[in-house]
Amino acid sequence: MSLRNIGIVYRKELIDSLRDRRTLISMIIVPLLVMPLLTIGMGVLSIALVGVAMREVPQVMILGGQDSPGVVADLHRVKDLQIVPSKPDYAAEISNKKIRAAVEIPEGFEAKLAAGELSTVKIYMYEGELKSGFGADRLQRFFRELRDRSIREHLQARNLPENLAHPFDILETNVAPPEKVGGAVLGGLVPYFVTLLCLTGAMYPAMDLTAGEKERGTIETLLCSPVSRTHLVMGKFLMVLTASIATAVLAITSMALSFGAGKQMLLGITKGASDPALQIAITAKGLISIFFVVLPLAVFFSAALLALSLFAKSFKEAQSYISPLMIIVAMPAIASLLPGVELSPALALIPVLNTSLVSKEIIAGTFHCNMIALIFLSSSFYAGIAIAIAVKLFQREDVLFRT
Amino acid sequence: MIEALHLIKRFHDNKRGTVCAVDNVSFSCRQGQIYGLLGANGAGKTTTLRMLATILAPSEGTAIVAGFDVIKNPQMVRSRVGFLSAATALYGRLTAREMVEYFGRLHGLDEMTLRLRIDELFERLEMNEFRDRRCDKLSTGMKQKVSIARTLIHDPSVMIFDEPTLGLDVMAARTIVKFIRECRDNGKTVVFSTHVMSEVEKLCDRIGIVHGGELLAEGTLVDLRAQFGIQDLEALFVKVVES
Repeated sequence: MSLRNIGIVYRKELIDSLRDRRTLISMIIVPLLVMPLLTIGMGVLSIALVGVAMREVPQVMILGGQDSPGVVADLHRVKDLQIVPSKPDYAAEISNKKIRAAVEIPEGFEAKLAAGELSTVKIYMYEGELKSGFGADRLQRFFRELRDRSIREHLQARNLPENLAHPFDILETNVAPPEKVGGAVLGGLVPYFVTLLCLTGAMYPAMDLTAGEKERGTIETLLCSPVSRTHLVMGKFLMVLTASIATAVLAITSMALSFGAGKQMLLGITKGASDPALQIAITAKGLISIFFVVLPLAVFFSAALLALSLFAKSFKEAQSYISPLMIIVAMPAIASLLPGVELSPALALIPVLNTSLVSKEIIAGTFHCNMIALIFLSSSFYAGIAIAIAVKLFQREDVLFRT
Repeated sequence: MIEALHLIKRFHDNKRGTVCAVDNVSFSCRQGQIYGLLGANGAGKTTTLRMLATILAPSEGTAIVAGFDVIKNPQMVRSRVGFLSAATALYGRLTAREMVEYFGRLHGLDEMTLRLRIDELFERLEMNEFRDRRCDKLSTGMKQKVSIARTLIHDPSVMIFDEPTLGLDVMAARTIVKFIRECRDNGKTVVFSTHVMSEVEKLCDRIGIVHGGELLAEGTLVDLRAQFGIQDLEALFVKVVES
């Protein structure tokens, strides 16, 4: 190995690539834009939409209740409910989003309530529809309060203590650190994007440095030089790796920054409400660990992409090999998002999936040092194989001069 | 000095099976001579020259180029050969100077020698006005000069040209022809391939006629004319190929 020769090739490829607009876009612009868009953009958008839904005064219908004027009058007095005249096709009205929910008051409701007889109040809503859910919630809250009030009245009437129907309280307390709670929400998405950006960052230079050279006819010029083919391919590989790492580092950095900025913005919008989903604190230790586990993956991607596009005759052919790879790589990354997929020694051997899973854990504030080591080693092993294949392919005339 | 010894090159083709692109080609070219390979498209000229330049490895046979065996010592051969063909393009995003510098470094020149060599070559080839322009912004003639500077940067003793005038206009082609002649006058060994008869008549000390991968006839122009009894080179070529 002559480091001087590899260095010469690497330096030239770096200068060459940095003058290429398409490489710059995929290497620098995309990661800088995707992460803030993902965190701030999506966060602001969802909170804004939920806020609109929450501020809306839901229109609801009362069905029946002619013999229970007191309850109906109380319902009309509720501030955040708008009662509309009842119609027989209430179900269709809910489905068509003309009204949000409807409540059916049974016959003789007030009389039964006074007598202590059992009756059922039915609330109609459209399951899964956010605004309909808010409407139904408010109706339910009203009737739950009514029920509690009537229990109290019955108990008082019989001179019994109030806590007879409420013998104890249940209090849930969260022991997970705040980043663990936040991590569970956004933690899954982040490694998915880092993995994908690692791939897209390497993609363009890998194609440009191999299939692109064949297409432009510079490969034959390059092969005239006395530098060995192993050195040529190593120089090219280092350039692709640089692009991949640059993309990943930019993505991770911009992610950390936009979480910081995003948190402030979102807290401002929700007026300081401490929603646990927003309590994300990515530490420097977490960032460095993610970088450490992503590094061998970047090596693997760079070498695999180089080998694959080396085989192609033209840029277009290389693209047609690599586009399916995006989906193949996305699959294990998506699998890591599925509930119940947890890091295990067996899964730690599956490329991409292992990195996504462990990054998820790291963002959630958990560090399994043994797992991180195992994943680093297994990814390095795959990376080594991919480099060996790329080097071997570069020695083969039928690959270099495919017609 | 170039000596091709029974060069054979077989390719595997999915449709046609094994194809013999070069079949037992032997010839030699001494220092200060120009050897011309004359043949139609697909005759095996490019493959032969690529084997001499060690870009392809022969299936059988070998060649001694500048004192080294192309199979045993391809790196030594490459550092003594300048190879120029219609297919050896330039890196469009590098400037003329960077392009030549890159190949100088790949040939192991130190920075001091490299600078002197580039200054000399750029002066001689009148390239100084576009030395810092990107290659993809250059005219065909300018590109040709950059390619020539690239092949000369390591001062090779053997020059191999594969259809160097292909696709060039008259002026650019003249530059190349003049350059090939200069190479010979400077004591270099020159092999070039072409299908242009006039270039062969103007330049070559010895001629080899290739067809279907085989070297069918070989000798000086005078020898060949005497052997076949035909003065006109084109008619001679057709006779050799068709016989």
